[in-house]
Amino acid sequence: MNRTFSRRRDRLLVYRSMRENKLSSTRRTKCPECGEESADLEWERGLQVCPRCAFHSPIGAYYRLSTILDPGSFQELEEKLVPADPLAFPGYPAKVAGLAESTGLSDAAVAALGRVEDHRAVFVVLDSRFLMGSMGTAVGEKVTRAVEHAEKKKLPLVIFSASGGARMQEGIFSLMQMAKTAAAIQRFQSRGGLYISCFTHPTTGGVTASFASLGDVILAEPGALIGFAGPRVIEQTIGEKLPEGFQRAEYLLDHGFLDQIVPRDQWRAVLAQLLALHEKGGRT
Amino acid sequence: MSRYTPEEKVKLARHPDRPGTADFIQALFTDFFEQRGDRLCREDGSILGGIARFHGRPVTVVGHRKGRSLEENLVCNFGMPGPEGYRKAQRLMRQAEKFGRPIITFVDTPGAYPGTEAEERGQGEAIAQCLALMSALTVPVIAVVTGEGGSGGALALAVANRVLMLEHAVYSVLSPEGFASILWKDSSRAGEACSVMKLTAQDLRRGGIVQGVLREPEGGAHTDWEAVFRTVDAALVKELAALDKLKGPALAKQRYDMFRAMGQDLPLAREEEP
Ligand SMILES: [Zn+2]
Repeated sequence: MNRTFSRRRDRLLVYRSMRENKLSSTRRTKCPECGEESADLEWERGLQVCPRCAFHSPIGAYYRLSTILDPGSFQELEEKLVPADPLAFPGYPAKVAGLAESTGLSDAAVAALGRVEDHRAVFVVLDSRFLMGSMGTAVGEKVTRAVEHAEKKKLPLVIFSASGGARMQEGIFSLMQMAKTAAAIQRFQSRGGLYISCFTHPTTGGVTASFASLGDVILAEPGALIGFAGPRVIEQTIGEKLPEGFQRAEYLLDHGFLDQIVPRDQWRAVLAQLLALHEKGGRT
Repeated sequence: MSRYTPEEKVKLARHPDRPGTADFIQALFTDFFEQRGDRLCREDGSILGGIARFHGRPVTVVGHRKGRSLEENLVCNFGMPGPEGYRKAQRLMRQAEKFGRPIITFVDTPGAYPGTEAEERGQGEAIAQCLALMSALTVPVIAVVTGEGGSGGALALAVANRVLMLEHAVYSVLSPEGFASILWKDSSRAGEACSVMKLTAQDLRRGGIVQGVLREPEGGAHTDWEAVFRTVDAALVKELAALDKLKGPALAKQRYDMFRAMGQDLPLAREEEP
């Protein structure tokens, strides 16, 4: 029984991650960072990292999970949560419905139970294709429920962030998700829970200023833009251009805000190591 | 109550003669002892805080400070704190927790400062830590939004058991100018943004975001400071008495549950699995 279910779950994740990466053997894609073209198959072999300059291009949430979780271990949580429209904002429900259709997501976050080299954890992954991964009520609620699930099951929590910040279309209700998620993380950690926060490109605003900055361990992908204010807002405020590398993962590491930078093909190994180091009973 | 449009309220909330945190501290408290510095690298004048007595009882008071003269504005960075300001606030609130003092905060900021040094020193981390810390405090916390409650920089002092707002204060996810420029790529549509954002005290009360709206004198708070002080004083006395009935962990729980409920009832998608 269990194996049937796990095979079915595996197929579901593969189906969803493929939907995010339609491959063609002949197509070539230009890297937004270095401008060089590479074959799609080459991009895919490197988990969507530029074969020329190692730019870690943003990837979909299901695809990321498929690169990290043990086959057959993916079990989605709260998948049907969709956002409210608390401001009755013109055009917002239609926009959300359109994005749900084109991305296969219910909002910008996917939560799941899964295993990495046999270590169980609760995962949340933000997806920048859905309104820049912005946090409205659905993202805030999904993150919070995932934290609560991890607490109830005494499991570690791993969150991959990618977000433009609070979702404007839900106004103050988006802002309150910062308080809600930060409070849930605080409670989870104070009761002994392990939370590993992983920044991916780009993460700014209300997500940086809430749960993403609260990890017991904080990691980031190479080159990821991480900040509170976005670079354009800062340039407008100070009236000058920002230096090369400002707000990038390497800069944050230098300034003491990250434990380590993790290239995309090493997430599995790093997460497995960290999860093992926190397991009780001295398992190796 | 609503003789003013949301756009007019934004103007009133930003009025230069509106009483600010320093004025409220002077009028409502005695024995104010200012505490400066984040103990890490710097003093940030845009956050004002310390210990004082409220009706004889020691409390910790913290708020955004914009400053009144241009000289003061510059010292206070127009009320836009950097991470040092938020870390000073955390330090003061941790002490309040240690010594069992209630915390009263005054919120009035356009937002946290978007500058290079603020980013270098972890603006996002500093705000996140404020939210986490406040959510778990076991002393009573009351926040009063007196003017502009701008974005995460305002919320960082407003994870309270009771969030009160002056009648013409505003509180929003971003400034109306920023909102318009992000959503419509046109900051001149800020007036229109004011209307759709639901940023008035009345709208926020209806939405369950704030728990009380405090009446302002005819014409706005800047026309009669004494009247505003009396209103705020009475509200603080009343709320503090109510919170005194809750003990320690019950205060943390009440605050947690209140924020937990915001945006909790969401529709579920009807779409079937592939
Ligand atoms: Zn490249």
